[in-house]
Amino acid sequence: MNCQDHLHSGADPRQVSRRWFLEQCGIGVGGIALSHLLGSRGSAETAAINPLAARQPHFAPKAKNVIFLFMAGAPSHLELFDYKPQLAKFSGTLPPPELLAGYRAAFINPNSKLLGPKFSFARHGASGAELSELLPHLAGVADEVAIVKSMVTDAFNHAPGQILMSTGSQQFGRPSVGAWVTYGLGSESQELPGFVVFSSGKKGPSGGNSNWGSGFLPTVYQGVQFRGSGDPVLYLSNPPGVDATLAADSVATLGRLNKLRLDAVGDPEIATRIHSFEMAFRMQSSAPELMDLSREPQKVLDLYGAQPGKPSFANNCLLARRLVERGVRFVEIFHEAWDQHGNLVKDLRQNCQDTDQASAALIKDLKQRGMLDETLVVWGGEFGRTPMVQGGDDGRDHHPNAFSMWLAGGGIKPGITLGETDELGFNATRDRVHVHDLHATLLHLLGFDHTRLTYRFQGRDFRLTDVEGRVVKELLA
Amino acid sequence: MPALFHPRLFVERAISAIVGVLMANAVACAVADETIDFARDVRPILSAACFKCHGPDDKERKADLRLDTREGAVGSSHAPFLAGKPNESEALRRMTSSDPEERMPPGDSGKSLTADQIALVTKWVEQGARWSSHWAFTPPQRPELPSFSDASSVAWIRNPIDAFVLARLKREGLSPSSEADATTLVRRLALDLVGLPPTIDDVGRFQADGSPDAYDQLVTRWLDSPHYGERWGRHWLDAARYADSDGYEKDKSRQVWFYRDWVIGALNRDLPYDQFVVEQLAGDLLPGATQEQRVATGFLRNSMINEEGGVHPEQFRMEAMFDRMDAVGKSMLGLTIQCAQCHNHKFDPLTQEEYYRMFAFLNGAHEANMAVYTPAEEQQRADLFRRIGEIEADLKHRHADWPERMAEWETSVSANQPEWTIVEPIVDEISTGGQKYLPLGDGSLLAQGYAPTKHRVKITVKSAPQNIAAFRLELLTHADLPLNGPGRSILGTAALSEFEVEAAPADAPDKIEKIKLVAASSDVELPQAPLEAIFDDRSGKPRVTGPAAFAIDGKQETAWGTNAGPGRRNQARKAVFVAEKPIAHPAGTVLNIFLSQNHGGWNSDDNQNCNLGRFRLSITGSAGPSADPLPAHVREILAVPREQRTAEQTAAVFSHWRTTVPDWRPENEAIEALWRGHPEGSSQLVLAERAMRRETHLLKRGDFLKPEKTVEPGVPDFLHPLGDLPHNRLGFARWLVDRRSPTTARAIVNRIWQAYFGTGLVSTSEDLGSQSEAPSHPELLDWLAVEFMDHGWSLKWLHRLIVNSATYRQSSRVPPELLARDPYNRLLARGARFRVEGEVVRDIALAASGLLNPRLGGPSAFPPAPEFLFLPPTSYGPKIWKQDSGADRYRRAVYTFRYRSVPYPVLQTFDAPNGDFSCVRRVRSNTPLQALVTLNEPLFFECAQALATRALEQGGANEEARIDYLFRCCVARPATAEERRELLDLLARETKHLADGWTDPQAIANRDAKNPLKLPPGATPTQLAAWTLLSRVVLNLDETITKE
Repeated sequence: MNCQDHLHSGADPRQVSRRWFLEQCGIGVGGIALSHLLGSRGSAETAAINPLAARQPHFAPKAKNVIFLFMAGAPSHLELFDYKPQLAKFSGTLPPPELLAGYRAAFINPNSKLLGPKFSFARHGASGAELSELLPHLAGVADEVAIVKSMVTDAFNHAPGQILMSTGSQQFGRPSVGAWVTYGLGSESQELPGFVVFSSGKKGPSGGNSNWGSGFLPTVYQGVQFRGSGDPVLYLSNPPGVDATLAADSVATLGRLNKLRLDAVGDPEIATRIHSFEMAFRMQSSAPELMDLSREPQKVLDLYGAQPGKPSFANNCLLARRLVERGVRFVEIFHEAWDQHGNLVKDLRQNCQDTDQASAALIKDLKQRGMLDETLVVWGGEFGRTPMVQGGDDGRDHHPNAFSMWLAGGGIKPGITLGETDELGFNATRDRVHVHDLHATLLHLLGFDHTRLTYRFQGRDFRLTDVEGRVVKELLA
Repeated sequence: MPALFHPRLFVERAISAIVGVLMANAVACAVADETIDFARDVRPILSAACFKCHGPDDKERKADLRLDTREGAVGSSHAPFLAGKPNESEALRRMTSSDPEERMPPGDSGKSLTADQIALVTKWVEQGARWSSHWAFTPPQRPELPSFSDASSVAWIRNPIDAFVLARLKREGLSPSSEADATTLVRRLALDLVGLPPTIDDVGRFQADGSPDAYDQLVTRWLDSPHYGERWGRHWLDAARYADSDGYEKDKSRQVWFYRDWVIGALNRDLPYDQFVVEQLAGDLLPGATQEQRVATGFLRNSMINEEGGVHPEQFRMEAMFDRMDAVGKSMLGLTIQCAQCHNHKFDPLTQEEYYRMFAFLNGAHEANMAVYTPAEEQQRADLFRRIGEIEADLKHRHADWPERMAEWETSVSANQPEWTIVEPIVDEISTGGQKYLPLGDGSLLAQGYAPTKHRVKITVKSAPQNIAAFRLELLTHADLPLNGPGRSILGTAALSEFEVEAAPADAPDKIEKIKLVAASSDVELPQAPLEAIFDDRSGKPRVTGPAAFAIDGKQETAWGTNAGPGRRNQARKAVFVAEKPIAHPAGTVLNIFLSQNHGGWNSDDNQNCNLGRFRLSITGSAGPSADPLPAHVREILAVPREQRTAEQTAAVFSHWRTTVPDWRPENEAIEALWRGHPEGSSQLVLAERAMRRETHLLKRGDFLKPEKTVEPGVPDFLHPLGDLPHNRLGFARWLVDRRSPTTARAIVNRIWQAYFGTGLVSTSEDLGSQSEAPSHPELLDWLAVEFMDHGWSLKWLHRLIVNSATYRQSSRVPPELLARDPYNRLLARGARFRVEGEVVRDIALAASGLLNPRLGGPSAFPPAPEFLFLPPTSYGPKIWKQDSGADRYRRAVYTFRYRSVPYPVLQTFDAPNGDFSCVRRVRSNTPLQALVTLNEPLFFECAQALATRALEQGGANEEARIDYLFRCCVARPATAEERRELLDLLARETKHLADGWTDPQAIANRDAKNPLKLPPGATPTQLAAWTLLSRVVLNLDETITKE
């Protein structure tokens, strides 16, 4: 994902040679690339110093950070958020033919019998949000979230669907949302990557690394995978036997040697290299400290259901909060477990047990720390599931016409439910929100006009939302 | 109107203000006194700001105004630009209008023009508004060489490259840098030509050899080195989006390394670039196509393949087609054509229909996977066939009456088969396990998409009111199947675990009766054999394949198998299953036929299926039939009248017939034994032309479900014509490398330049179209392109020319004033200096430490990598990463196995693309994660350990000499006094720290923790550990991974 257009920019790069800058800071090619983004905002100088330096967006943002809980595999909206009594009533009958005109399904013959919801629903909170019995913890924070029942997408296979949700295109090779956001805003952290990715659940996401790739944006904006056990970042630990003293002495000597070369040849890229090694060295201590959940009070661990040393979705949620606290811009947690072609009842129960408490805890925890206002939390998968049955009576196929997501914090209007689907939960019928609209809204909350956050590549100004996208005003606080 | 706002005055004032800015900024902009060059200066401005609404796309065009053609822009008395009359030119008036309603481009377009851009356009109109088409759409002409009379210029210029570069430098008031010192030059040359650092010996010999041709000898040596192909092949592999896996969700491994080796080999033998392109697009269509030429078409097959459950195979074939078009556009044409997949190109004169016309050239092929053999295996095969031929010739010689006897046999078998009725199968979607069964129109079904490793497909057949006594299952080959099939396994084989039948009267379909099958036969009755290891299902149950009877024995563990061994497993087969008693219903019969295919492995996210690939069902009323023992291809030949058969056909009949002659058993057994020695071979994804063309449609917004009008193969109007070339893939390939092509030679020459200097002469190397950045040295680019073609499209000629230029040989030191003046070195007043590509970063460490295994080619290698990366939940499915031991872990990085969804982390961190799409320009980032890799990644650290051992063994008697040795290994030069002091100090501190017992020197120094530490003679563990740390520092120097 690293084929990028790093020189196509209209900036005046001469400032990179400033003496103070050579002596004190590093710059990267990525920094230079930023200049056309920032040229109009007059802060190219900052960007040139450090491509991840924090930057101001187009207008005053509501959210500063994002935690995206990507429920990969596609959770059933019909069992979790979108209660359909009529679907229960017509369970076992064939869907109306007019609904199926032009409809394609991945596995099933679309003309399969309807399957009623498998779990009961109740209303919660002052907002009266209707939620499945599988989500008791989310029910406890119902008044903090905005549920969108009218999501729609274009893809109905996992890899293209996930790539669309992650990058705004079904075609591989575009920058991910996290990369765009980090490109636009930089990061507040000097010691950690700006965009961090975790994976829990049964599998990795279908689209693999491309879900957090930087596409044609500079590599520095791609997501960095963190792991819940062992080295959180690849090759973070010193080699066997190399203790802290030796490591520090080596890196310091290396810095001095590189400085000698810088003085001899004058290439500012050497200054960047020095800076990179220094940052790597800092990361070696900051990342393990970050990952050490045993420093969290027991009541916080209990809130999430996290257990130090046992990698889980809950641990990752808690880590996400710790990362955002340290200025990391975008955290994405993939939990690939929701592809219930069969075992709908058992697996959904399990998935909710694995994720409901921690997702709700994240909201509570952010709120009690006063961080929810500026942290946008997004929960959802790549598409929904068919009202029609797959197999006997315990599975649903992929379904792009309607699915549900929720958002919280970061300028989202709390305690609302947006959109509706038809009586069978087949089509989104009111306030449809396409994936592109979600992206436009997300960028809006971060202070960007999604039509103006662009990057020139292959002779064209690309953007996350391509030529689509509408800010969903109804979701804004 | 106040004078201040008079348009003309306004423009003049703007110009005078802007001229000042321009003078100060001579690098970025054309100087205002100069003649404005439309193509270079004005067209890019109009393209970016205007063409979207006033350009090639007629659907978007506003006010019926077109600025991308001469006619539209300047071609009439009411044209928007009027030559010499800026104040009467409507377009200029609109660009400068203060009325937001009038001003162009409009505020809501997101586009704007700066004052200096408007000034340039105005100046151009003043100077006569001379229009020309985009420079890259006119074929390159050889420009005049700039000439110089002053002695210093004449002395500096080594070849014409320098004349062009110097002319520009002089215009800018700059002069070239001095030549780099010998050591720097040797290292630069080695990194550029072979991608490896020079050895100490290389440097020493060059320094010692004072002869004038010493440099050229080095150039020749490295151009002749097989490592040249590895180094430059990697660049092409980026463009060819090479990877060893399918991409998307399953991201299964694939065998395509023959293609990778073809690229390396083709560059090493300097296959002319035009031929290089032709073979990759249409090698299979060349007369007498060789294996190599067919392998070359792997270029087109490097697209991703989506076989996740529930996909529509045609949708992802189309995605692959789009990807191929993109790759051809970027890598060969040097144009971004992707836009026209959905709509007319907004900037270049490429219509959507023209896009699909080019698409049509590529649309008529099978996604084939052919058996391929290494030269040694080819030799084995040749020997094998020769010996079989000798035995058969001997039989014929000894039995002169063989033609008569064979004819007699032929008569006896010509009518010995019952009549079979092919049935129309209806697949029960729910039973397919996610696999798609595509009807091919001849009653056969082709399995596609997701391949479950275990499933039992239910096929319903409605028969006429006839007796049904037996069932025939034909397994058929198909070019889309692995190795031609007939199965879907990676060997092209299949195993049928069970064949079951139910029947019901058509008028009472609920009265289902299970049919007992009592006899089974096939034309490949293999002995019972354990299932191949690749299909292990981890159940622990022994599973076997064998004769057709295994498909009706009621046991899932036994299957009818078709794997007749290498060389013979990929052919059509058939089995016949006989019912206990005939089935007959007056109203016809509904048959449910169940094909259990459960002999796949445990991991359906991997290549472990053993499913039927293409098959067809037939029924017969004849009693007690058995499978025709004649192979299908022999049966087909028998249908040809004997006198019309070719010699090959007669030989094929003979080869079967001889097996039926009882007396020839010894000979038949000898031949069987020979077949058992047939090499296994490998496979390679290739294109194979279909017998029947596909119809190509223009697709609305690129959606394969929205075909619009049919289009015929053809080429875009704005490029050179197809002429007499055939309207097929081969014609298209030849068209791409036609001398008249305006972009093909420029594109490749520009990319080679980019690899040497960090930036192409056109920086947007993937796109030379309207939106490209203007060339820094347009005449040089054209001169190189023309000369390149005149020199037989020889890439080695081009390399030699570039590295022999004085431009290339300049020092890369960056004086502050030059950095300020030209930070990107576009003017080339100095040598290039940048961090080498990821592969070279790794190879430098391996070479410097002496660990590098220089073996060429072969299957991709698996160097050490963290295991968890290849397992859920990091990877979607468990992936195989069988870490190489021994010398294979030290292969060059070009051979590292590449999973698209889990890229090898070391290379990914250093910006290597993962093959999702064609990449002709990599970024060069500089990140902390890179520092972690070179400091701590196990193989990098092993390099430090090995380098330390080398230094202690060979580095000299004292510490200073050893430090110099480390430097020579890594950066070719000895350390400076200051550097030496730094490292001596570090050595002293480390030695003390280790001696004080803070940490275990064994842990640091021992490359193989399982075995005792091996020390260089006379060295202590502490010494080796300290030198390991020192080596690590030198290997991590910026200079070590930088081409200076």
